Amino acid sequence: MSFSRIRLEWLGNIRGDLLAGMVVALALIPEAIAFSAIAGVDPKIGLYASFSMAVVIAVVGGRPAMISAATGAMALLMITLVKEHGLQYLLAATVLTGIFQVLAGVFKLGVLLRFVSRSVMTGFVNALAILIFLAQLPEFAGTGWQMYAMVALGLGIIYLFPRITKAIPSPLVCIIALSAISIVAGFGLRTVGDMGELPSQLPAFFFPQIPLTFETLMIILPYSLTLAVVGLLESLMTASIVDDLTDTGSDKNRVCWGQGAANIVTGFLGGMAGCAMIGQSVINVKSGGRGRLSTFFAGGFLLFLILVLGAWVRQIPMAALVSVMIMVAIGTFSWSSLASLRTHPKSSSLVMAATVIVVVATHDLAKGVFAGVLISALFFARKVSRLLSVKSKLSEEGDERVYHVYGQVFFASAEAFIAAFDFKEAIEKVRIDLTEAHFWDISAVSALDKVVLKFRREGAAVELVGLNKASATIIDKLAVHDKPDAFERVTDH
Amino acid sequence: MKKILACIDGSGFSDSVCAHAAWLSGRINAAVELLNVLPYSPERASLSDLSGTIGIDASSELLEQLTQADEVRAQLEQRKGRLILKHAEQRLRAEGVLEITSIKRRGTLTETISELENDAEIIVIGKRGEFAEFDAMHIGSNLERVARAVSKPLFVTPASFHPIQKFLIAFDGGASSTRALEYVISNPLLQGMECHVVTVGRDSDETRKTLGSAAAKLERGGYAVRSSFEAGYPDEAIQSYAASNNIDLLVIGAYGHSRIRDLIIGSTTTSIIMSCRIPLLLFR
Repeated sequence: MSFSRIRLEWLGNIRGDLLAGMVVALALIPEAIAFSAIAGVDPKIGLYASFSMAVVIAVVGGRPAMISAATGAMALLMITLVKEHGLQYLLAATVLTGIFQVLAGVFKLGVLLRFVSRSVMTGFVNALAILIFLAQLPEFAGTGWQMYAMVALGLGIIYLFPRITKAIPSPLVCIIALSAISIVAGFGLRTVGDMGELPSQLPAFFFPQIPLTFETLMIILPYSLTLAVVGLLESLMTASIVDDLTDTGSDKNRVCWGQGAANIVTGFLGGMAGCAMIGQSVINVKSGGRGRLSTFFAGGFLLFLILVLGAWVRQIPMAALVSVMIMVAIGTFSWSSLASLRTHPKSSSLVMAATVIVVVATHDLAKGVFAGVLISALFFARKVSRLLSVKSKLSEEGDERVYHVYGQVFFASAEAFIAAFDFKEAIEKVRIDLTEAHFWDISAVSALDKVVLKFRREGAAVELVGLNKASATIIDKLAVHDKPDAFERVTDH
Repeated sequence: MKKILACIDGSGFSDSVCAHAAWLSGRINAAVELLNVLPYSPERASLSDLSGTIGIDASSELLEQLTQADEVRAQLEQRKGRLILKHAEQRLRAEGVLEITSIKRRGTLTETISELENDAEIIVIGKRGEFAEFDAMHIGSNLERVARAVSKPLFVTPASFHPIQKFLIAFDGGASSTRALEYVISNPLLQGMECHVVTVGRDSDETRKTLGSAAAKLERGGYAVRSSFEAGYPDEAIQSYAASNNIDLLVIGAYGHSRIRDLIIGSTTTSIIMSCRIPLLLFR
């Protein structure tokens, strides 16, 4: 990493980065408080997390201008841990999550993202949006019309105020307006102050108060693994969205270990685990943020605001936060994916829908992605299995039949492969030409064995042509990938 | 066939770069490759939108906006690049250069030249670029970076072309000036010209010997050599020698010292490029 590159990433866009960082900081505050509420911890846990994660990721992260902080996807995964074991275990799990993510970066697992298809990713963001929205509903429980009216007013301000001016963040206007109404009218609505303790000083470094035993590890391990996976998925996805938006590249493995480092530091500073945020990163780029400075400033300004304005932040009604979070949910959801349900292939739509359904049912994005990847792999196997055809010709003397096999033979097409031969024909010689076929696995080989045995039992002499070439693809460790003629060696024969 | 890589950007120096490239092409019988580098400047979203809201399909809508902004600017840049290259091609053809190719690439000048220099014999670049025409003593911001990065001989042109008959080779015995010496001896480029070899520094037996051996090598290489020992600071001494002897071309080894030393006491090479009004041939 050259000095000039570092300078460009930090100081290449100072004005834009500072302004965008400010906008993002303002948007991060309601989110951090809302996500703390989801996880069941004091707002200060989410706010400390958002501060430290943004600051650390700005320095070590792989994607300049990407915003990492406390997120809904992660908060949803820690509810049970917090409820059953308390905050200190969450902090320990946060550190362990970071360690897993650093390892993922070191072992370059970022490349595994290529197995997550476009449809799964769309399902992921849609599910995330739905979860963020659903997490707002408990705020309405046991409230009167005032809550609904306030949220409606808040959303009205958020979406209509930019028509008047785009120079002031409309979520900020919404928060100020609703706070004023709430303070003056005193509807008795819940405020941020009711949610728990706010930060009153800079975060301090401390070790989570847990017994360092095997039992502790067993408690936090499953949570940390899921948190690590979900965090990396959302971070990598966000990184590629920011890549697209800014037409630049990023180091995906550094995204992984950078996020891990941020979580480790955050855990020791008393914050909850987090990851990159799609909505906030889009807001950052939209506001003109391009460099690391934007993320750094977002984190720093957030903490400054909280420490200076803590007394005011306490009085923000939850209705204002709910409005902002509904906006985030709407902005995160891929609405165009609904329109393309009709135009996209059914299999893709099904993968997307399955991902969403599994996530909403389990509240676990990792399970949804796993289901999505599995289903899309099966669909892919089924599609490729159709790329098989067997043609046959009787020799002029009428005593020999030549079968030509074209295409892919593997577990999903083995059955069709066997069915393509006519064993009832009484013929003396059978030649099977496999030069145009690819045998991908052991299922293919045993299918061929079966065909040969069946012909022999019918009294036919079987001759195989081109078997060596056809089966060259079976061997996993062929090690031809990096040779210039790799593609020809595996496919063209 | 050998190739001369000529970097043009449409500044006032581009014409001189073409003229020198044509001259070089005639001397060493090489094709000319014209290079125009379009700057890589990622878009900056209009900073006016600080609304902090994300609406329906926020990310794809933003992508579309940003792409449109880039598209318009990039198309203009492309058109400009095409015109610059076309003009330069005509200029070279008028000078009688037969083999001309043109390339447009996007990126930084230094990176692009490093990618392309392997095929090139000499790289020609104007002393100053598009955005630096205001100060006669100024060195283009790109030039120093390029000069430090290239491994091939770098020909730096002044604002206009004058016939080249006398050249001066500054020799200090260091690695880069030895390379310069070897190139001059083994290459037809400067054959038949009047050659001045100059060493600047403290007068001692050793420096005298260095100068003597360089002069002898050049003579063996078929040059009519005048050697001279000058006292003073290298940049000033070389300049004043060149001025009083009507030298047409300076051949020097460039950036022989570490960057840190250059940072503290200044680089001789940069200072020579800055104040020099005749073409320079730099060797790393």
